[in-house]
Amino acid sequence: MDGNGSAGHGGAARFLLPSEIADAPGAEGWRSMYPYFTRFQPEDDKRFWFYNSMHFPEPMPAFDTITAEIPYSAIGANTARVFVFPTTLGIEHRIVNGRVYITANPVTDPEEIGRRAAIFGERAGYYFENWDTLYQGWKARIKGLIDEIASVSVPQLPEFDDAAVVTGSTGVAQNHYVRENFHRCLDLFSVMWHHHTEFLMLGYGAYVVFFQFCKQAFPEISDQTVARMVAGIDVMMYRPDDELRNLARVAVEAGVDDLFTEGCSPSQVLAALADRGEGGKTWLAALEQAREPWFNVSTGDGFYHHHRSWSDDLTVPFAALPRYVAQVRDGLLADRPTEALRAERERIAAEYRDLLGTEEEQAAFDQMLGLCRVVFPYVEDHKFYCEHWFTTLFFGKIREFGALLARFGVLAEAEDVFQLHHTEVDQALSDVMLAWAAGGTPLGAAHFQPIVAERKRMLEALRAWSPPPALGPVPEALNDPAVHMLWGVTQQTIEAWLRPDEGEIRGCGASSGIVEGPARVLTDVNQIGEVRDGEILVCPVTAPSWAPVFGKIRAAVSDIGGSMSHAAIVAREYGMPAVVGTGDATKRISTGQRVRVDGDRGIVQVIG
Amino acid sequence: MTARFVRGLADVGAADTAWAGGKAAALGELARAEIPVPRGYVITVAAFNLVMAALDPSGAIRGALGDVPADDLAAIAHAAADLRARITAAPLPPEVAAEITSAYQRLGAQQPDEMAVAVRSSATMEDSPEASFAGLQDSYLAVRGAGAVLDRVRSCWASLYNDESVSYRRRRGTGEGGLAMAVVVQRMVSPRAAGVMFTRSPVTGDRSVVAIEGTWGLGSALVAGEVTPDSFTVSKVTGEITGRRVSAKLRAHSFGPNDQGISAQPMPTALRRSPCLSDDEARALALVGRRVEEHYGVPQDIEWALLGDSPGCPALHGDPADRIVLLQSRPETVWAARERPPVAAPKPRASDHVLAWLQKAL
Repeated sequence: MDGNGSAGHGGAARFLLPSEIADAPGAEGWRSMYPYFTRFQPEDDKRFWFYNSMHFPEPMPAFDTITAEIPYSAIGANTARVFVFPTTLGIEHRIVNGRVYITANPVTDPEEIGRRAAIFGERAGYYFENWDTLYQGWKARIKGLIDEIASVSVPQLPEFDDAAVVTGSTGVAQNHYVRENFHRCLDLFSVMWHHHTEFLMLGYGAYVVFFQFCKQAFPEISDQTVARMVAGIDVMMYRPDDELRNLARVAVEAGVDDLFTEGCSPSQVLAALADRGEGGKTWLAALEQAREPWFNVSTGDGFYHHHRSWSDDLTVPFAALPRYVAQVRDGLLADRPTEALRAERERIAAEYRDLLGTEEEQAAFDQMLGLCRVVFPYVEDHKFYCEHWFTTLFFGKIREFGALLARFGVLAEAEDVFQLHHTEVDQALSDVMLAWAAGGTPLGAAHFQPIVAERKRMLEALRAWSPPPALGPVPEALNDPAVHMLWGVTQQTIEAWLRPDEGEIRGCGASSGIVEGPARVLTDVNQIGEVRDGEILVCPVTAPSWAPVFGKIRAAVSDIGGSMSHAAIVAREYGMPAVVGTGDATKRISTGQRVRVDGDRGIVQVIG
Repeated sequence: MTARFVRGLADVGAADTAWAGGKAAALGELARAEIPVPRGYVITVAAFNLVMAALDPSGAIRGALGDVPADDLAAIAHAAADLRARITAAPLPPEVAAEITSAYQRLGAQQPDEMAVAVRSSATMEDSPEASFAGLQDSYLAVRGAGAVLDRVRSCWASLYNDESVSYRRRRGTGEGGLAMAVVVQRMVSPRAAGVMFTRSPVTGDRSVVAIEGTWGLGSALVAGEVTPDSFTVSKVTGEITGRRVSAKLRAHSFGPNDQGISAQPMPTALRRSPCLSDDEARALALVGRRVEEHYGVPQDIEWALLGDSPGCPALHGDPADRIVLLQSRPETVWAARERPPVAAPKPRASDHVLAWLQKAL
């Protein structure tokens, strides 16, 4: 059995069955990290599963499984129960060796599909017809949730409770709020995810329909050109990078630009700014203004606690600043040419429209593109609100509960809270609540600290395991709209998984052109400062916070992503080749190797 | 003296096929649209008609050829060979020979005496939108000297009666009456790379792309099927190269400074697998293709050349558009004849498209 996926000797190619997967060496106890309902069952061997490397490119710390549990609880409810999608129910997930595998539950009985379709038509129709109004309402609601998570307090359990408990006769001591407010965080996270999925499938559906129309009418059109016709120009995810450019300008204007040098450390720069009088003050004020909310941008995609945001860790934005500062000095720093980009988008759409054969087709094109333009503000901006802004605050709160547990000696350090499942955190908090009330000592140190140490060790061991891209029998047809829309997994993807080509790394050609250059492989986004001019970035996934690095690199390659992913969109704007969704480029390429990136065909080759 | 039998290509337009033939009309039309074509002239059908009137005054020989049954290939071959022999043996009227010679000399005014030219058939019914007739008549490359040009002109005339041409006309039920052949004489270009392009995909019919095929040196190697060309697909709208296939181009057609005719030379190994066009060159070609298509209003099938010293010579600096010349453009005929059902029709509400897709049974 090998880690890379397909099994079978001499027979037809197939994937390993879930039951055939051996425990990763050194991490045989991985099951203890995850709840029973995430385990593969014997009957799961009969179903097709694929590794959700898009959202979960690393082994899961125990707490972070909440980023699978809650989203799948929300998205399945949305498709199966709320909108009643005709051909799909929800998504099931399993964890093996720390990796999240998923499968979609299709509806295949024609009668059942028809029954569901009638309900779906009414419900989805209502959302499409009232999209703008509903989306405005959504923004107000999600902003409310963000304010709410920000305002959740983490009780500090001082020796004596506040006098206000007495004078206000609230009657409730603050240890009660330890659990209530922890639960409030989980509940808000769940409500946020229900909001996240509220428009998601309908929004992607509009895009997929337009995409398929374009591919049929223009069989040679590239995925990225379809995306360009739809893409928004004033998209929230560009804002963090725009703010950095502005900070670079302020640095030059305030005369503190000399502090921003290649490799500078954020803490040293901040300390030096404090001694630079008015100029320093001006810049620090500008930084504070930019930070809320625009630095609440995760260096990942909001699925792991350790993908810290710019706000948590200024390393990433500070790695980009020296270059922008130098560009300001040389008069080379330009704003995104939004007017030109918008005009170009309209020109492309108009020319494709003109190439259609009939007025009927042009009318259908107008409808589909028009609908995409209606739904795209949500499709493009929801991630900033949900995965970045809200989730940054959420993990921050959990970290505060971790600090409480550390202060009471249950955990060695605050960060260790993420090694516990949320139900275990619940227990640990109960322990602290009881001890504070009783004046005793929590018993958690002896119980949890060895568990945490063992889990950290296991997670390291699990990193070495190569998850097969898929498990179970090869499906005869893969038409699930959710799998297609959200993961881009099609029959072709499955065939490619079955026949890996050793010489080439294949992915989705997301931005055209061919270049060669030295690779810079980043497995951890916090290494972003290591990227040098002219390198080819090879990374697991890029998020909006990676944007600054695109000014330095010649091409981008990612393990995860499709033609609408962040790396793809930014690469197209920078006019550099990009191949995304390679699956394992970060494993097969090493820093310093020369690689050739063919963004037209979606192929990366190691050439020396 | 006003020439009776020779006209400059610049004096010819798309409407002039009746006296200049299809190829000359197309080349002249390109020149009028300010698309570069090699300088040259056309020997009008008047010259052909004069010669034919002498050797077949009543048209009886040609009429008999028109009566041969389409499926009697042996009879076609026999009658056609006879007519070709008569044409190549017929004496050239002195005034025709004088005009061709003088035009050849003017074409090479700044060149050595024996300048190389291409002598190309331009039949009155080729390259119509309905049928291409492509490749049925002969053309000759790197012809040097007035005497050789005169010989090749007669060969072009005779090629109107190539076996394949005659049998093609018989199969289509086209008569022999009114057929005539003009001949184009153009300065020979020595391209770095050359080939063909379609202003729609020949594979899918997609009108949003220009499909380019090219090889090192003269395009004749590609047309003759002696090399597998490189292929590029360029989006007309964005200029993206959406498809690229580089083949092993083992040989190239070229001609030396004193050669009569062209020859095939092996390509140096290092250049065989190198793309014969840079991305910028492919994009520049696609732009030219698009201009031609816009000029005619329908997708085109174009022969192009990219100037340079020799096959595979290093690319020159500057705008690649300045080095592109076209050698032919004709309407694309294959996809033009096909009916394509509409991809989609409008629905009462835009969202009905999504509902319809999501309701599709697995």
